[in-house]
Amino acid sequence: MAKKLMTGNEAFAYGAYLSGVRVGAAYPGTPSTEIMDNFSRYPGVFAEWSPNEKVSLDVAIGASYAGARSMASMKHVGVNVAADSLFYAVYTGLKAGLVLVVADDPSMHSSQNEQDSRNYAKFAKLPMLEPADSEEAKQYVGLALEMSEQFDTPVMVRSVTRISHSSTPVEMEDRQPPPPPEEPPAYERDARKFVMVPANARHRHPVVEERLQQLAEYAETTPVNRIEEGSGELGIIAAGTSYQYAREVFPEASFLKLGMVYPLPEKLIRRFASGVKTLVVVEELDPFFEEQIRLMGIEVRGKDIFPIIGEFSPALVRSCAAKAGLIEGSQGQKEAAAAAAKASELPVRPPMLCPGCGHRSLFYNLRESGALVLGDIGCYTLGFAPPLSAMHFTGCMGAGIGVAHGIDVAKVKDRTCAILGDSTFFHSGIHPLIDILYNGGSTTTVITDNSVTAMTGMQQHPGTGITLQKQKTKAVDLEKLVRAIGFEKVDVADPYDIDKMAKILDDHLNSDEPSVIISRRPCVLYTREKNPPPRVDEEACADCGICLDLGCSPLMQEEGHVSIDPILCNGCNLCVKVCPSEAIIPQESW
Amino acid sequence: MKKVDFLMAGVGGQGTILASNILAGVGLELGYEVKKAEVHGMAQRGGTVESHVRWGDTVSSPLVEEGKTDYLLGFEMLEAARWPTYLNKESVVIVNRYRIAPPAVNLGKADYPKEQQLDEMLKNSAGKVLWINGTELAAELGNPAMIGVVMLGALSSLLGGEEEAWLKVVEDLVPAKFLDLNKKAFAAGRDSIK
Repeated sequence: MAKKLMTGNEAFAYGAYLSGVRVGAAYPGTPSTEIMDNFSRYPGVFAEWSPNEKVSLDVAIGASYAGARSMASMKHVGVNVAADSLFYAVYTGLKAGLVLVVADDPSMHSSQNEQDSRNYAKFAKLPMLEPADSEEAKQYVGLALEMSEQFDTPVMVRSVTRISHSSTPVEMEDRQPPPPPEEPPAYERDARKFVMVPANARHRHPVVEERLQQLAEYAETTPVNRIEEGSGELGIIAAGTSYQYAREVFPEASFLKLGMVYPLPEKLIRRFASGVKTLVVVEELDPFFEEQIRLMGIEVRGKDIFPIIGEFSPALVRSCAAKAGLIEGSQGQKEAAAAAAKASELPVRPPMLCPGCGHRSLFYNLRESGALVLGDIGCYTLGFAPPLSAMHFTGCMGAGIGVAHGIDVAKVKDRTCAILGDSTFFHSGIHPLIDILYNGGSTTTVITDNSVTAMTGMQQHPGTGITLQKQKTKAVDLEKLVRAIGFEKVDVADPYDIDKMAKILDDHLNSDEPSVIISRRPCVLYTREKNPPPRVDEEACADCGICLDLGCSPLMQEEGHVSIDPILCNGCNLCVKVCPSEAIIPQESW
Repeated sequence: MKKVDFLMAGVGGQGTILASNILAGVGLELGYEVKKAEVHGMAQRGGTVESHVRWGDTVSSPLVEEGKTDYLLGFEMLEAARWPTYLNKESVVIVNRYRIAPPAVNLGKADYPKEQQLDEMLKNSAGKVLWINGTELAAELGNPAMIGVVMLGALSSLLGGEEEAWLKVVEDLVPAKFLDLNKKAFAAGRDSIK
């Protein structure tokens, strides 16, 4: 069979397709986004971007109840949003297999926390698998669906950034996915199983506990938990990426490689532990295995050697192991430390708003307004960064509006403003907006409408009029929606028009009436709109630095004046508008 | 056990991901096991980006281990100097003589290091440091965005072996209408450090 390099996310999608998943639903979120993106391109499947992760999981559960194998995929924090649905589905059980792929983000490359999703398996009482490369990503999705049907439970498959976004070889398979049933299956009207009122749920909880016992037995013999015999001196228990790093650092050791990370195979662990002198768990983030193994009464080391914070790497595992005396230390560490110290003095390059981004113009006005800005998750979060420094809170998806309302009713002196993107608004902005109206709030909410889910790589959403599978559909009209909720003070403006936006902001922020501003300018990376870069009149430039304070990368400080890099510049002319010396001159042509 | 570890460093938008895809594909063509790692998402917005590509008889970790990089390709001068802990006295560094100012430099709050300073930093940690005018070469051919292919051309002349394997992968991964141009860019890169 031919092998192909695939990212973990491509392999999850491929595995789902091969295993006959017919319905997929997700909300984009790094590092999980490409799972559903890739799955949606396979023939004969239904795939959607749902407004948020909870909806996506409900959709997958519904499809499963109706007899179609299904998959939901999301980033780790998305499971927080979907958790309510995850818990009921564990109680009801399913009809066809359901796999929930969750991608964690240790080291927070693109996230607000580094929660360890393995805890959800224990919390919600369902099994979890964790692949260590793309081939396993493909296989484990199929295995998860089989387990889901065998044990009548949703099954989670956990990924991390380094699995989702690393490319490793995958066997391309000749088999075709199983064909869909000729007759559409009937929904099984079984209230005892599917209606979770207390009387029925009480009857289901013992089923859940019994199932967990059976799954623990299954874990003892499943081939994805395997012992790799090595020296009896050192035994390593590891899963996922940590297994790969440990494999390089401890070539002589014995390994218990766990592909099923919950529930754990107690007998297998005991057998492995009894064959080695020192037992060590190598696991990123929480001491999830370590605590459970210790509860079995087995002596084990783990977080006394390896950190609980941040992602691992081969070098980190090696240096921790050397410090703990498990292996010999390497030479030349002093020199390397000195070189690293010198490199750390180099100017950093944080991500920033793109040249031409409409958010920059909006944040320029917000900064000028002096308002306290309660933000959200998306590209516009970068408005917090210097020199704009115009956002003062970001917590999680949809939090900004409620937090702004709370701050208002606690009566701070600042004028406040909640801000969130169009996709985030559909995700979780509607409920807090209703709250403001219902409870007599006065908050101004700005929806920064760039007409796409930009941060995760240009995904469609309910406002764009196009589905994940590129079908035309009805677009939800933001303005009509907020007016339908009951907001009467609603304005729509282009943030590029900074004078008009300044007036609107001033009007809204000084009004006691709850209000909404829709700041509409499509993402320039998505539309690929580019206009001629303006020219700097070096004589006229007063070197005042006002344009530099926009934090726009093409604008550069030179001796006594600024310059504009014509390759990077998008030609939005915001700098032209803010220059007090009329030293930046717009150009009609290239 | 044979292995070749590559690290690519640059600025989001410079095309390191396409270049790492090509390099990974070449490894497969040459019969290696190949793994590759990079971070997507927030870093794309003009931030520091790095790609790891590993060739070997067997490869476990997709991440290159610090201190064990064989070849570092710096798509931007300053970014090339950010990874000394990944290098050793055998490492070879190819640096594109091209400067993208970080925000603090744009604002006049930090200095962009001089080329000589960056060269010294790299020579301290690596065995060999080669500078090429990659972006300039790509721009002369008509598109500065082909820098990745120029860098790979330069790398290919150091690695030796069949040029066909490289060009085959370039052909697979580059849009057909830009293929001739990319072949020229590859040749220009290859000749740049002969």
